[in-house]
Parts: sequence; structure tokens; C-alpha cells
Amino acid sequence: MNVWTYFRDNQSDVVHWTWTTIWLAALPLVVGLIIALPIGWLASRYRWTYPPVVTVAGLAYTIPSLVLFLVLPGLLGTRILSPINVAVALTVYTVALLVRVVADGLSSVSNTTLSAASAMGYTNRQRLFAVQFPIAVPVIGAGLRVAAVSNVSLVSVASLLGVAQLGTLFTEGSQLNSLPPILLGLILIVVLALLFDVVIVLGIRLLTPWQQAVRER
Amino acid sequence: MSALADNNGLNLDRVGVWLNDPANWWGPNGLLVHIREHVFYTLIAIAVATLIALPLGLWIGHTGRGVLAVAGLANGLRAVPSLGFVVLLVIWLSPKIHATTTIPGLVPIGAFPYFVVVEIVLVVLAIPPILTSTYAGVQNVDPAVRDAAKGMGMTGGQVVRQVEFPIALPLIMSGLRSSTLQVIATATVAAYAPFLGGLGRLIIDGTQTINDPHSGYPAMVSAGIIVALLAVVADLALIGVERLIVSPGVSERFSRRGSRTAAELELAPA
Repeated sequence: MNVWTYFRDNQSDVVHWTWTTIWLAALPLVVGLIIALPIGWLASRYRWTYPPVVTVAGLAYTIPSLVLFLVLPGLLGTRILSPINVAVALTVYTVALLVRVVADGLSSVSNTTLSAASAMGYTNRQRLFAVQFPIAVPVIGAGLRVAAVSNVSLVSVASLLGVAQLGTLFTEGSQLNSLPPILLGLILIVVLALLFDVVIVLGIRLLTPWQQAVRER
Repeated sequence: MSALADNNGLNLDRVGVWLNDPANWWGPNGLLVHIREHVFYTLIAIAVATLIALPLGLWIGHTGRGVLAVAGLANGLRAVPSLGFVVLLVIWLSPKIHATTTIPGLVPIGAFPYFVVVEIVLVVLAIPPILTSTYAGVQNVDPAVRDAAKGMGMTGGQVVRQVEFPIALPLIMSGLRSSTLQVIATATVAAYAPFLGGLGRLIIDGTQTINDPHSGYPAMVSAGIIVALLAVVADLALIGVERLIVSPGVSERFSRRGSRTAAELELAPA
């Protein structure tokens, strides 16, 4: 039996697991970005908040994902099989990664640029949204790419606790002592991570047309 | 599976009780045994990964060769899920290993083929952060400093050992720290291989008896908390080592300049 036959025989399961993996990785990315933007802005605007924010974010990394998946049911009152635990855990990691990146990205905008914007009559708020955020997009995007790829591969850890997604192919292959499901799972997860990466890179390009113009010159 | 499906008893109150029971610490399946195994798996993986990644990173940084290839590879490896990698090697590679080496108290009879496989996964995981931070650290060295070293008549090897390595050391250490964090977290996966232990043993076995007050949820969470504590302790220890071995002139204790974001982006949850 090879990978393709395994896929055909279990098509509905595998497709279902793929969708679960996609939303379990994508939702935390979006929610995490939405949460990280204001916190990151705060840390760049008021410099004294930067060290504590970055330290707390760094501490979040020391919590292994499996541990977070385990503890969250106790904290949230969810079932241990609930995908919500996975989504919340990955949101925590995404925020932790992006807060720092957003703060660094916003701070990296040169003072000359900011002064020029102010001199042109931009209010502070207009300057933030029309100048600072757009210029920080490549930096924030780079962080988002790291978060996306690690989210996709972290989702599979949840299969150790029985949450059904592409990682289930690994536990199934292990129980059946059979390679095709494992190979299929590895291929699909790596391809998914690649797709996420491509989508984010395209998004960065769309949001930073001036970089394209520079390249073409 | 039905036992797994409800939240009955999945509260954290009993974790303290469980951790306070000495019987859960001592004994053949106690925390202490599993902590020892966990630390052993981690140390071996970090040592092997450093032996590979450090010289390679110094060479890449010094010569500037292969930077793109290594950066791409490091990013690609991040996408490979470690659980899938372990399971793949356990089924495909372990049966081909016929060595019967044992390490008393750490690698029991029959476990060696699985031990090798788990170490391969952990080493592969640990290499990219050390490698990228090493060559980034070497490349960050001020060219004027490098030129001065050459102008003083230093050979290539001397420049690497006496100039580039010490200056790159803070970045190298931060790469080593993120590797260690990832390996400690991922070593829990070792228990998915037969005969092996580590703190993951309590977590993975616990899923089968999740409502059992002795081996179920409280044991799993306790083991998880110890994993997180190990990670924090290891990180603090490495920060201490960094303070000892980084030259005060290089460390940011005297001057706050230079960017460390390249290596800190390497930090990723595991």
C-alpha cells in the first residue's frame, strides 16, 4: 500500500483533518495579529513598557505546546479533546512572537520619515496608520511567516491528546505500524506550511507596492 | 476514548496534591527517574548539535559560502512536525539498527534503536538555531575589526578563533538557548517511541487513563509543569554561562548597540 492508495481509501477523513489543521493554524494567526498590534504599538510608543512586554513574551515560549494543550482545559473548563485548547494555545504563541516584532517594526521607522509626515500635516494617528504601520509591514510580515509555519507544525502535537487533525495520521501510522499515513501527514503538513508562507508573502507584496517599484527600477 | 471525552475532574486543584505526594517523585516510574532521562536526552542532543552546527556556522560566517542554502534549509526544517518525524523514523529506521548498547538507568535493553532515532530528531531540531545564530554573529562582526586582525598578521584560523568567535558569542549563546528550549519541549515526544521515558512518558501514558487521580490528568499536568520548569532552569543556567564566558567588552553590559533580532527571531515555540 502506498501513500496515494492510503489517501484514496481515507479521503473523507484526510480532507476533514486538513481543514481542521488549516483553521487551527490560521485562526490563531489572525487573532494573534489583532491582539499583538496594539500591544506592540504600546511597547514602541512608551519605551518603558518594552522590556516587560518582551520578557513576558519570551517566557511564553518556554511553555511547551503539549503542556499548554493540557493545562488549558483546566483553566478554560473545556474538554481535553476540544480544538479550542489548541487554538487558544497557538494564539498565545502567535501573540508572544508578534508583539516583539510589531514593536521592533514600528520603532525601526526612521525619525526623518516621521518628521516629514508630521511636517506634511499628518496627525499622530494618521501618521501611525498611513506611514508607520505600512513601513513596518515587511518586518511584521517576516514574523507572521515564522508564526505561520510553526503553528502548522505545532497543531500536529495535539494528536498526542487525541484532537483529530493531520497529526492523527502520525498516531494512526504508529498504531498500525505503517508508513503511508505518516508520509502522507508529513507531506500535507509541509505543503500546508508552504501554502501559508506563499499567501503571507503575497500579502506583504500587495501591502508594500513601493518595494515592488524599487525592485523594477 | 469516551473517558477522554468529558471534562470531569479536569481541574488543576489536584495537581498540587499529586506533586506533594513523595510516592510520585521516587520509585521506578517517579518524576525523578523521568527528569533524569529527560535531561539526558536533552544534553546529548544539544552536545551533538553544537558539535555539528558551531564549526559549520563559523565556517559559513567566515567564508560567506552557503548562507542562502542554510537559511532556506533552516526555515524548511521548521515546518517539519517533530512528532511525525519521530514516528516515521521509529517505524522505518529503528528496525534497521541492530546495536544492543545499553546505558544503565537511562537506555534499557532493546531501547537503543529508538534512542538513536529520537536523538536524530532532537539534533535536527537543535541545529538550525545554533547554525543561523553562529553565522549571523560572525557576519555581524565589524569588517574593520576583521581587517585589523588580518593586518596584524593573524591567519584565517586565528581570526575565527580569537576575533570572530568571541565577538559572535552573545548571538551564538542566544541560538543555543532557543535550541535548548525547543529540545526540552520536544523531548516529551521521545515517550512516543517504545522503551523510552522522559517526562513525556507520564503525559502520553496519562491520555489512556485521563480520569485516574493517580496516573491521569494530575500526573500529566504535573509532568508538563516540570518540563516548563526544566526549560526555565536551563535558560537561566545558560544566561549565567553566557555572563561568564562572554568578554565584558563584547557583551552589552558596557554598550547598548547592535541588533540581536536575527537570533531572537529564531525563538519559536515547540
